[in-house]
Amino acid sequence: MIVELGHFALILAFGLALAQAALPMAGVLRGVRAWSGAAVPLACGQFLFVLVSFACLAHAFLTDDFSVRLVATNSNTLLPAWYKFSALWGNHEGSMLLWLTILAGWSSAVALIGKDLPIEMRARVLSVMGMIAVGFHLFVLLTSNPFLRSFPNVPEEGRDLNPLLQDIGLVMHPPMLYLGYVGFSVAFSFALAALWSGRLDTAWARWSRPWTTAAWLFLSVGITLGSWWAYYELGWGGWWFWDPVENASFMPWLAGTALLHSLAVTEKRGLFRSWAVLLAIMTFSLSLLGTFLVRSGILTSVHAFATDPERGSFVLAFLGVVVGGSLTLYALRAPQSSGPAGYSLLSREAALLANNVLLVVAMATVLLGTLAPLVVSAMDLGRISVGPPYFNLMFVPLMSLLAVAMGVGPLMRWRDSSGASLRAMLAVPAASCLVIAIAFPFTYAGHWHAGAALTAGLTAWLAATLVAGLRQRLRERGGLRALPMLGFAYWGMVVAHVGFAFSMAGAGLTSIYSDERDVRMSAGDSVTLGAYEFSFLRTRHVDGPNYSAERGEFTVKNVSGERVRHLKAEKRDYHSQMGNVMTEAGIAPGFLRDLYVSLGEPIGDGSWAVRVHHKPFVRWLWIGGVLMGAGGALTLFDRRYRRPSAQQPVR
Amino acid sequence: MSRLRLFIPLLVFIALALLFWRGLSLDPNYMPSALENRPLPAFTAATLDGASISDTDLRGAPALVNVWATWCPSCAAEHAYLNELARRGVRIYGINYKDDPAAARRWIAEKGNPYVANILDPSGHLGLDLGVTGAPETYLIDAAGVVHLRHQGPVDERVWQRVLQPAFSTLENGASGR
Repeated sequence: MIVELGHFALILAFGLALAQAALPMAGVLRGVRAWSGAAVPLACGQFLFVLVSFACLAHAFLTDDFSVRLVATNSNTLLPAWYKFSALWGNHEGSMLLWLTILAGWSSAVALIGKDLPIEMRARVLSVMGMIAVGFHLFVLLTSNPFLRSFPNVPEEGRDLNPLLQDIGLVMHPPMLYLGYVGFSVAFSFALAALWSGRLDTAWARWSRPWTTAAWLFLSVGITLGSWWAYYELGWGGWWFWDPVENASFMPWLAGTALLHSLAVTEKRGLFRSWAVLLAIMTFSLSLLGTFLVRSGILTSVHAFATDPERGSFVLAFLGVVVGGSLTLYALRAPQSSGPAGYSLLSREAALLANNVLLVVAMATVLLGTLAPLVVSAMDLGRISVGPPYFNLMFVPLMSLLAVAMGVGPLMRWRDSSGASLRAMLAVPAASCLVIAIAFPFTYAGHWHAGAALTAGLTAWLAATLVAGLRQRLRERGGLRALPMLGFAYWGMVVAHVGFAFSMAGAGLTSIYSDERDVRMSAGDSVTLGAYEFSFLRTRHVDGPNYSAERGEFTVKNVSGERVRHLKAEKRDYHSQMGNVMTEAGIAPGFLRDLYVSLGEPIGDGSWAVRVHHKPFVRWLWIGGVLMGAGGALTLFDRRYRRPSAQQPVR
Repeated sequence: MSRLRLFIPLLVFIALALLFWRGLSLDPNYMPSALENRPLPAFTAATLDGASISDTDLRGAPALVNVWATWCPSCAAEHAYLNELARRGVRIYGINYKDDPAAARRWIAEKGNPYVANILDPSGHLGLDLGVTGAPETYLIDAAGVVHLRHQGPVDERVWQRVLQPAFSTLENGASGR
């Protein structure tokens, strides 16, 4: 009964989404204020009913209602309650409902928080969001209904959630990622609303900036979580695979980062307007493209969703309407000239332009690499796969240039900066970059390595330029006393840029200095890896709530013979998945290095295939991702985003 | 003129959309079978009913050879459709792949038996000779036991209509015409 209520609530929500798309639009076109104003209650109502529907499905999962097909195929009575709940989105249908819930959530957030928007603007934005919601409601109701029952043969036990997904990382990863993906629908809707009204002004940029930042921060955290999860759960110590689905989340991030920065230029200087609109369209389109790639089964990927070409056709048609429609609108309505340029080569505008060009080229690089296999097979030229060598080849130079621009950008002034003062500010960062670049490989590893020098040098460059920027600001505002007055937006920028430095350093140094060995070990054996000695103590049989496992225990000692860590690596056999054995790696995390052990197969006579890793700086990747998210969050607390009523009267 | 430049993103998107549209009809997992146009490997094995069967017993008429197992969720999904095909008169042989015969018998008793006979391959050796990459897989063989097609993944109405049936009808007509 509750399940049917959920289904019914979803249909009602679909009706409200239709009204949300149509009524405010009619209100704007006919000039009926009451209709335009109806956007707010309609958006909130739609969210409420989607939420009811989500809660009903969650109830079915938590109470093990195996008459619901989705529950029977993705859950199990033995599953801990927390994973029963997250099993809801560990599959295609449920994750689409989560997507819909988040979309309705963002749209009601715009309705409620965007109170100071002009009523017409808000009506336009919410109408566009309503149209997007209509598409996804249709997709869920017609092709991916999560509420289908399987009568009369109700299974007694569910087939269980894929053991890989029984993990805190997966509980958090999809909601964060979707908050980001779907969050970009807000910037998209603002862009379309601005094109539609023909008022592509700085106000539009000011309104969409905080929403873009919010979506971007969630996407940053979501991608970070995914990478962290892959690292500790897949058991081979990798953290990024350039898999099509990973790329699908990375492309909107790259475009979204470019959007974030170009909106700053549009808001402050009124430039880059058409470009920012195009980026807003591109970012959300790439989110949709990601959905299409994942759900249609058009590319092979480790993220195996139950794929179905019928669903693929639907998403492709939807993609055609949304992206094709918005790009047509763009082509017809975007302003042709961005006004007078009015900035020199040495200006913040120029630096941000460089940022945008590099990020978009990086995005195009990923797009090309992801789609190349498809192009080749569509042209009947055989089958290829594009792997890490291509992406690394492209990304090392692109990200290096980006880091250089990123150091200079915040030191530049709008319009024009004096070359002399720039040179003065950049002298120390340039020197420290050079010194660290030369010194780091020798002090860390004892020998020269060009890649490590580049990574360390650029990291030093970013850190030193941020310090130089801080000093400049303080000097202009009267010394250290000004420290509390610098504002959240500034600190947000600093924290996010520090985060980028961490991630870049982590990615570079881990790739260069990681060391791993595959060995055969039995109890009592030891293996030395770099400065560490791993000893295999024993294996023990342990029982978990829904699995039994062989647990290998290891100790790790450093050169001087001190015991550093005790590690436990497991081979888990989940009861519900006959023969599906999962590896649970034993990891000793550290700021400067991780030690990582995973059990392979038992070889017989009590010995095991064991893989040991030494991964320096790998944590920095995720520290960086979290800092980027935190930086984004900080800027949202900036004074200009607070309500006028809550604001202190300035001066 | 510069208005035309603004159409560039749209054109790029249209090109991509055409590519995706084409991509939807391609199967990214498709691997040509090494056995295509070659006879089934020679084998002698037990059937699920305890009889003995060899590759020559499969000859005589076009047939499907379906590789399945009780541990394979997609096999459960396609089973009802196999029953339907058998009801329409399609000859289907099963290869019970890396499975427990007792479990397989229970499965057949529960879900119905679309198979003319079920070849037991508990060790997966026959699967290895066939080049099976995973269950379910379905091979189309002609009256002489030569493999004409391989389909990876479950067989459903769509796969049957678009992939298997066209080839199957050709073989059947060819067989009756001879």
